[in-house]
Amino acid sequence: MLLQQIFNGLALGMGYALIAVGYSLVFGILRLVNFSHGSVYAFGAEIAMVFIVSMRLGIIPGILLSMLFTGILGILIDKAALEPLRKKGSPPIASLITTIGISNIVTNLLIIFLGSEKRNFPNFFGHSGIHLLGGTVSMTQIMMCVISVILMLILVFIVFRTKIGLAMRASQQNAKAARMMGIDVNFVIRFTFFLAGVSAALAGVLIAGYYEIVYPNMGFMAGLKAFSAAVLGGIGSLPGAILGGLIIGNAESMAVMFLGSTYRDSVAFIILILVLILRPNGLFGRKGITKV
Amino acid sequence: MDKTGKKWKLSSFESFAWRNAKLLWIILTVFLLMLPFVFRNPYFLTVVAKIGCYIILGLGLNLLTGYTGLVSLGHAGFVAIGAYTASLLSVKAGCPFFPSMLAGMLAAALIGALMGLPTLRVTGTYLSIITLGFGEIVKMVLMNWQSVTNGTLGVKNIPKPQIFGWKLTTANHGMYFLILFMIVLISLFCRSLMRSKTGRALRAIREDEMASTMMGIPVTAYKILAFVLSAVICALGGALYASLIGYIDPNTFNFDVSTLILSIVILGGMGTLRGIYVGAIVLIAFPELSRSLMKYRFVLYGAILVLMMRFRPSGILGWRSSLPYRLSGNVKKKLRKEADA
Repeated sequence: MLLQQIFNGLALGMGYALIAVGYSLVFGILRLVNFSHGSVYAFGAEIAMVFIVSMRLGIIPGILLSMLFTGILGILIDKAALEPLRKKGSPPIASLITTIGISNIVTNLLIIFLGSEKRNFPNFFGHSGIHLLGGTVSMTQIMMCVISVILMLILVFIVFRTKIGLAMRASQQNAKAARMMGIDVNFVIRFTFFLAGVSAALAGVLIAGYYEIVYPNMGFMAGLKAFSAAVLGGIGSLPGAILGGLIIGNAESMAVMFLGSTYRDSVAFIILILVLILRPNGLFGRKGITKV
Repeated sequence: MDKTGKKWKLSSFESFAWRNAKLLWIILTVFLLMLPFVFRNPYFLTVVAKIGCYIILGLGLNLLTGYTGLVSLGHAGFVAIGAYTASLLSVKAGCPFFPSMLAGMLAAALIGALMGLPTLRVTGTYLSIITLGFGEIVKMVLMNWQSVTNGTLGVKNIPKPQIFGWKLTTANHGMYFLILFMIVLISLFCRSLMRSKTGRALRAIREDEMASTMMGIPVTAYKILAFVLSAVICALGGALYASLIGYIDPNTFNFDVSTLILSIVILGGMGTLRGIYVGAIVLIAFPELSRSLMKYRFVLYGAILVLMMRFRPSGILGWRSSLPYRLSGNVKKKLRKEADA
């Protein structure tokens, strides 16, 4: 039973980790908590639903298209709302409020165009499972972990082994100096938003497939939990986001087991508040929060 | 056209209002007192009362976000605490409205102080996130603590306030005048707070926290104070709102309410009183104009946040006042004494 919950937690945690990566990447460069990320994640799942179920494009093309579109949505958000603020040199709180506004807009446009009700999302991998150490691991869970790990590896490769990744890390360390070295920082930021959107869309598809349900408001809770994961791991750090996601996923499934399912959503917040108060830098975080 | 000749400015209204202050005050007072007797449409009056409640909530958040510069995304939590404490006391214990309202405010003050404590360690965005988590935790407690809060069923048949046996309802305009009275009271409180030492300290913290610390302002104490005052005002608004609507459940106070309050403060003008009134009137009345707008309401709120931050971060009515700075009576007396000596 305990083992079963750990498997559930791991699969869910990988999903959260994928969303958390998006928070971390954007925070690393902009020092901004991108509040619209949860709605971007919901957008990814919803649009995948449109491609796969309504337009019958097939599973793989549907997922890939949804990742592409969600990535473009990320770029649009940055281009339309955040870049002008950067150019104006607005205080950080202005960007934060802007992203809250965007999250409102995206979620409610989804509600208006697709309806607010919960709809069935196809389960891609079937319900067969493997018995392992007394628990059952379903095919969906295994595939969730595998696909997430593949995407994580790709992300790590991009950030640490490519030229654009080098530019990203440079902008993270010092945007001004990066600009002087001839790096187009705005392009780097747009690319970061694209990556965040892509991973959020994949997470959306995987988690929607896991619960077999999709609805426009799904991004709110998942976004907050992933944010807790990112903070727990140390916001701005890729491995931190992954570890944080796994911990939050497991804490959630433990809470379901020991406290009952009504408490599943509060665990992430309690962890978040504790981390922010006790160790604001998170597990792998560098210096970050200014203290007075 | 402005005297400086370049551009007509909204702020020129201010000097106009300044010159005709007495006349405008009389007109405004008469208008507000006559309002429920001129427009007898009950739907209209309910909307007006709702606007009033949101003005109170806006004033509460304004203390924290506008004056002190701490953005809270969980103020619905304080509203919920006030509303639930007051309603449960009056429904389950039969306690009269005003003592239960005070109890709600007290509960919110305690929790507000508790919420203010993280300001010791985190600032800016992180604080906003903590408040957001707080709002969600309050909602979850309300849902899960079923023996006290009735869980998702909510609290029904919340009694109206009574003064000496006179029941204040929307129909006999009692509710309208009660809310109006509270708004006036809170506005006066905010105004005098802002002109006091505390208010100046809060604004100093907003402008530059480091410099304030250097000037010897106990920053943390003032931040916690701002949290407490803001929570108390929002709890008052919540108690009134619950009594006005007559029914509350945990979803009455979700994240959308927190964003709505924040939108009111930002649209009108952070750190002003006039802005809050206008913000609440625009944002609450506008969607009521037609059902089709109701659907787009939250898109509109989002768009307001984005557009205001982009084009006018200080809000519609948020300009730097060009009126002469008024010194308080004590300071004037002191100066006179020094001049004499």
